[in-house]
Amino acid sequence: MTTQPPDVVPESADLILNRDPLLAFELGNDDSLPASSIDQIDLKIRRQDDPFSKPYWQQFRLPCQGKETITALLRKLRNQPVTIDGETVDPVAFDHNCMEEVCGACAILINGKPRMACSALIEEFNGMITLEPLSKFPIIRDLIVDRSRMFAHLKRVKAWITLDGTWETQQPPLRMSPHDVAVNYLYSRCMYCGCCMAACPQYDENQEFVGPATLAQVRLLNHHPLGQYEKTERLHRIMTVGGLSDCGNAQNCVRVCPKEIPLTTAIGELGRAVTWQLFKDLFGD
Amino acid sequence: MNERRQVIVVGGGLAGQWASIRIAEAGHQVQLFSLFETLRSHSVCAQGGINAALNNKGEHDNVDQHFFDTITSGCYLANQPPVKALCDTAPELIYIFERMGVAFSRTPEGLIDQRRFGGMHHRRTCFAGASTGQQLLYSVDQQVRRLEAVQQIIKYEWWEFLAIVKDSDGRCCGIVAMNLRSLEVRAFRADAVVLASGGMGQLYAPKTTCSVNSTGAAASRVYQQGARIANAEFFQFHPTAMLGTDKTRLMSEAARGEGGRIWVPRQLNDRRDPTAIPESDRFYFLEEWFPRYGNNVPRDIASRAIWKVTRELELGINGDDRVYLDLTHLDPTFAELRLGGLLNIYRKFTGLDPLTTPMEIFPAAHYAMGGLWVDFDANDRGQLCPDSPRNHATNIPGLYACGECDYAYHGANRLGANSLLSTAFAGRLTGDAVAAYINGLEHSSDGLSPDAYDAEVRYQNRINHHFMHANGDCSPYRIHADLGELMTNNVGVVRDNGPLDSAIGQLYELEQSFARLKLGEVTPWANQSLAYARQVFDMVKLAQVVAFSARARDECRGAHYKPAFINQLSDDILTHHEAYELDQKHWQENNEQWLKTTIADYHPEGPRIRYDPIDTCLIKPEQPRDYR
Repeated sequence: MTTQPPDVVPESADLILNRDPLLAFELGNDDSLPASSIDQIDLKIRRQDDPFSKPYWQQFRLPCQGKETITALLRKLRNQPVTIDGETVDPVAFDHNCMEEVCGACAILINGKPRMACSALIEEFNGMITLEPLSKFPIIRDLIVDRSRMFAHLKRVKAWITLDGTWETQQPPLRMSPHDVAVNYLYSRCMYCGCCMAACPQYDENQEFVGPATLAQVRLLNHHPLGQYEKTERLHRIMTVGGLSDCGNAQNCVRVCPKEIPLTTAIGELGRAVTWQLFKDLFGD
Repeated sequence: MNERRQVIVVGGGLAGQWASIRIAEAGHQVQLFSLFETLRSHSVCAQGGINAALNNKGEHDNVDQHFFDTITSGCYLANQPPVKALCDTAPELIYIFERMGVAFSRTPEGLIDQRRFGGMHHRRTCFAGASTGQQLLYSVDQQVRRLEAVQQIIKYEWWEFLAIVKDSDGRCCGIVAMNLRSLEVRAFRADAVVLASGGMGQLYAPKTTCSVNSTGAAASRVYQQGARIANAEFFQFHPTAMLGTDKTRLMSEAARGEGGRIWVPRQLNDRRDPTAIPESDRFYFLEEWFPRYGNNVPRDIASRAIWKVTRELELGINGDDRVYLDLTHLDPTFAELRLGGLLNIYRKFTGLDPLTTPMEIFPAAHYAMGGLWVDFDANDRGQLCPDSPRNHATNIPGLYACGECDYAYHGANRLGANSLLSTAFAGRLTGDAVAAYINGLEHSSDGLSPDAYDAEVRYQNRINHHFMHANGDCSPYRIHADLGELMTNNVGVVRDNGPLDSAIGQLYELEQSFARLKLGEVTPWANQSLAYARQVFDMVKLAQVVAFSARARDECRGAHYKPAFINQLSDDILTHHEAYELDQKHWQENNEQWLKTTIADYHPEGPRIRYDPIDTCLIKPEQPRDYR
């Protein structure tokens, strides 16, 4: 059933990178990027070339519209990374992916506050906007940080349900009350952006504290019909150094969470569960 | 148990993580590669839900009906045995997700609640609030983390897949990947490789609902190494995406379902505030053109109507690519209750309230039905053989593909809420197929000579070197913007052969423009420009496949709409039996010519297009789809 390709193949065949020998790149002329604007904004960005070098500040002036987001601005800046002093610099490195505030990638400090850059509208701010990498995490480059610690903490608290295997069981489906599911749903929306960790005075590279988001996952999994089988072990894992008692009750976490997850409620519930567990450990079930 | 072998999975979305779990469960070690932390994958963006004929709502739903809806929605273009298995397995998958901890919304009796979604007559869609994809992905992410804790799965996050490596027999025996921080290019050995690299909506950027990493670059790279791509011309455009300069964000179908009305001012250049325009000056074009369905016509029909109003009639708001999706007439309490999530997204990203100001929307590239060609194994009764190594195998031995990057389940158009299902199902099936494949392998890749690996690393390093020192005047951002605009205009909602020919020529020019590339960044650490420029190049190659495939198919089917070849149904279909018979005849004649799978093979001068037959052994193509 082979047919001919449509006979529209243009003649030019000097193709580059066609898994054939590479052709030398040649220079040519092209027009520059047009920039239409209704307004402009100043960005002051804290930069750092790599994990070991010193941070420094650069300032940029960009055309913008009020309804644009910080992520949109950073994307524009890649195109023409020219500072306010007219110096062309390397594009600012930053993380982003979904741009719908659900993947959790683009958390940074905006005017000092941990936020998702993709849902921060320019019109919310007056004057110059300051952007810094998310605090509390090691810097990779510019606005990119290494959040792998967060995922190590999820391992530490066993933030999973131990399935015997991902096969069919022929058992009737689980039943859960709509109310319980609605409460669990609040915690299941955590996208591990790290905003709560950045805001937490107890959380940083030099301390053991697992942080609010991790504790909320313990709360969530301990309330699942199968997850509760390992409730005791998870509680024990947050009853040591770096666990629940390291929370200083500053309540910053719940104020900065972009998903408005009731983190402090989870921590409160866990406090009661841990107390109860202590009694059980002392006196038996 | 068989000897423990190494398998590489590229992509940490729902498909990649499902495949990883199954391969690990079979006793092998998985190296899971991802461009970022796996839970940031695009699967999280699926809002609507996941279909499974649980029949929890007393509507006599069943898997056969789900199968029928999926096949007819795809205009019979999908091979039927895998689709049948997909629908049969859906309830089982839902219950496994439930055991993994997904907070599916509940009925008052505590069962999984189900709702209706576009193109279906049954309440079949399971959902977890307004973030089903996020919940499903996190559940497998947790299982992968559990297996990671016992070294059954090793994650390579912040690594970009660049190429597969083949042994002297042409078998895939590993990959070459680049560390996105150190830019180290390194070869990894494996006995099989699974590509689960997602969709390619970025070909249409910024008019796409896809994440910035849904570039299709990985699929393009294996295509350029000989893997076939099938049905690339079939791309679903979602009619109602809110506008943005960076991306367009999905406004769910629910907005129309709950009474939202789409309109434009009747007069060109009517610059009044929309709320000041009286009813008589508003053109509710969907209601006028499709009186039976009104604003609730399916996605593709709505997209085409909006295209026609803005591009042909030039009645877009202020002459632009936008129309109103109006909710201001709805009762605010009702709208808040039924559409709260959607209203908040719009408020958050525009700062405007849809209950007082009509939303501005336009169609956006949403989902690629086509993708890497994959095999399947079925018996003579059309039942899929679930443990066969042929399932989800590409034409390169040892290379598998699953998820949005494959072509297998959606035919010419995807049924709403079938994407999460197909990606999870495909990932699981692929994991089993890979386990079967490596159990049958005589030699592991450990003993292979390093030559092929070293050669590929050298080649990839040469490309990096060229890109890093490219000092022309063409920025990769500019090339990507040109690509998105070209694809949107010429290979988008409506296609014609003239503009397609022109697009093919312009795509060659875009490829040529890489000779004048300017990277603008020479930093050897976390250089995002390098990775991006390489992706854009591979996107241009993939866009050529889409354009060639679209050019070659002279018909209208599902999402591929070429009005010059429309098989127009008679308007009086319901009253005139003869007209009905004639329509049937035309439709079947057209099927005889075009009901076949498009296959694109790589060639340096452009894709070569040919066709494969389709397995329609379970439901014979007899009835055309008709939404009037």
